[in-house]
Amino acid sequence: MLMGVLSVYPSHRLAAQDTSAVDRGVRIGLTYRPGVRPGMVVLPGRGPALDSVRAIVARDLDYSDRFELITLPSGDSLRVTAIAPAAPPRSPAAAPARSGGAAAAAGLNYPLYQALGADFAVTLTAAPADSQVVTVHDVTGGGVRREFRVHLPALTDPGFRMAVHRLSDHVIEAALGVGGIAATRVLFVMDGKVYSIDQDGADQRMVSSSDHAAMSPSWAADGRRFAYMEFWEGHGRLFVQDVASGKRTAVATTGQALDFTPAFSPDAKTLAFSRATEEGTDVYTVNIKDGCCLQRLTVGRFYDNLSPTYSPDGQRIAFVSTRAGLPQIYAMAADGTDQQLLAPFDYGATGSSNAPEWSPDGQSVAFHRDVGGTLQVFVLDVRTRAVRQLTSVGRNEDPTWAPDSRHMAFVSDRSGYRQLWIIDLETGRIRPLLQKSGARLPAWSPRLPETASSTP
Amino acid sequence: MKRLPLLLLGGLAVAAVAACGGKKPETTPAPAGPNADSIAAAEKARADSAAAAQAEADRRAKEEAERRQRIADSLAAMGHTTEAVKTLLATMIHFDFDKANIRPGDAAILDQKVSILQANSGLRIRLSGHCDERGSDEYNLALGNRRATAAKQYLVSHGIDAGRIETVSYGEERPIDPGHNEEAWAKNRRDETEILAGGDALKQP
Repeated sequence: MLMGVLSVYPSHRLAAQDTSAVDRGVRIGLTYRPGVRPGMVVLPGRGPALDSVRAIVARDLDYSDRFELITLPSGDSLRVTAIAPAAPPRSPAAAPARSGGAAAAAGLNYPLYQALGADFAVTLTAAPADSQVVTVHDVTGGGVRREFRVHLPALTDPGFRMAVHRLSDHVIEAALGVGGIAATRVLFVMDGKVYSIDQDGADQRMVSSSDHAAMSPSWAADGRRFAYMEFWEGHGRLFVQDVASGKRTAVATTGQALDFTPAFSPDAKTLAFSRATEEGTDVYTVNIKDGCCLQRLTVGRFYDNLSPTYSPDGQRIAFVSTRAGLPQIYAMAADGTDQQLLAPFDYGATGSSNAPEWSPDGQSVAFHRDVGGTLQVFVLDVRTRAVRQLTSVGRNEDPTWAPDSRHMAFVSDRSGYRQLWIIDLETGRIRPLLQKSGARLPAWSPRLPETASSTP
Repeated sequence: MKRLPLLLLGGLAVAAVAACGGKKPETTPAPAGPNADSIAAAEKARADSAAAAQAEADRRAKEEAERRQRIADSLAAMGHTTEAVKTLLATMIHFDFDKANIRPGDAAILDQKVSILQANSGLRIRLSGHCDERGSDEYNLALGNRRATAAKQYLVSHGIDAGRIETVSYGEERPIDPGHNEEAWAKNRRDETEILAGGDALKQP
């Protein structure tokens, strides 16, 4: 059954390319082909807060770009029609008796939803003890794929939305066997402050706590900490901040130079960063676990080396170097040896390339490159060294990977002013993340660890 | 009033000579004692001396006042000089896009800074490098660092002690013109000079 579903799902990477200036803002590229993805319908639930849950889940599934979301013409009436043949007529008084997902499952009219184009259906049911039952139906197979009981926090609880996002990721995992990106956040810089925003554009909040101008937030792979840089009297100081407590620690051995662009090693023991001195800018590492052992990985002298980013296995570091004149993307072993060109370029023709970020699956490095006086996002295939241009509308810069390695957030002025956008590399679909001018330097989190209040 | 006791004193002296006049002839001239003329002369000298003292005091006071005025004037002048030198020192130098080399025309501005630093040995400065918004945000920190360092190297190569000059970079974070055109970008690609110490009283080079 699963194979049947997957066969209609494109398993190869489509060459999503932002080539269409006409479709500015919504869906771009020639490769967006509706209908090839499995259809998904999220049915209205009855119970406290389930309308909100349904809305968030449906949007998360849509934003995963892995399903065709099927909208019911007028939710309730269709639902009643759909369920009527198999279930006895219900009255509000009889509703509590329908507790548990099994009853809902038994009542689902699979042929009808199949006729509507659905391969999967999700039902949400209120269950005893303030819990909810989520059922993922395999519509084509005519049965329940998975059913799980969750304990969502109250609607007013600050953890509510993230708990629902986690639920969405469980649904994606149950339907397709892949991890979602619903329970993630994006850090970014605006007016010198670091902010956090959920991947669906909700819950924007400031996370930096000082009056010093900040830059370059970046996540640890466990999603529990992030690092960023602040200007202190012309020096750049690095800080590591704990997500849960909001407490931050100054990184040892920095503070007397201009240190910037911190990047965690995958084991989060080491922080690589750029340090600008009178000798130029070079890549250094420091052991943040023990607060010691500053190491210099590059020795530029007459050129600069900066913006390190680790491969997910921790073996390599991609970085920017001006050794050939203009900045281009290079890579080295994590100890600084074996430095070589990573993203090919034509000397004298290719523009400056900057802001590399290694994808979580290790296969690609995203960066931006000057094309005709403006910046565009590029993706390098690490194995083949093939470079392809992803954007072409307006100025596009500072790409950051989602944990699924197929979505990317970046800064674009395609709408007239610089704001944050999200692109899906496989479908080419693009959507605004934050419609506020001045947001920049985004950093997409890994899948965020669960907290006690929202464990499903 | 002052003269009365002196006249009385003179009268008594004359009377004393006359009282013992039996032994000595009257013709014996009286010893040169104070007479009206000498008293007047002494008195005049005394008065003159007092006036002179008064004049001297007045002159001194005047001189003191003049000296104070001169100091005040020169202090003010020094303030003007300090301000002028500060303005001169703050003159920015500018750069071409994505470049950190000193433009030939800007060398004269750096030469001025060399002279000012030479004339004011206690002066310490900070050079900050800045970029326009066109480049990459993070790369611009490295570029701004190159720009600040380039100016420092120029000053050091002209004899200024490296320890007197600090360099920092703000990348594109502190534009002086918020515009999005070449005019604004050209202004923003710059080095600024800031006084760290020794800038209270600056000498004209």
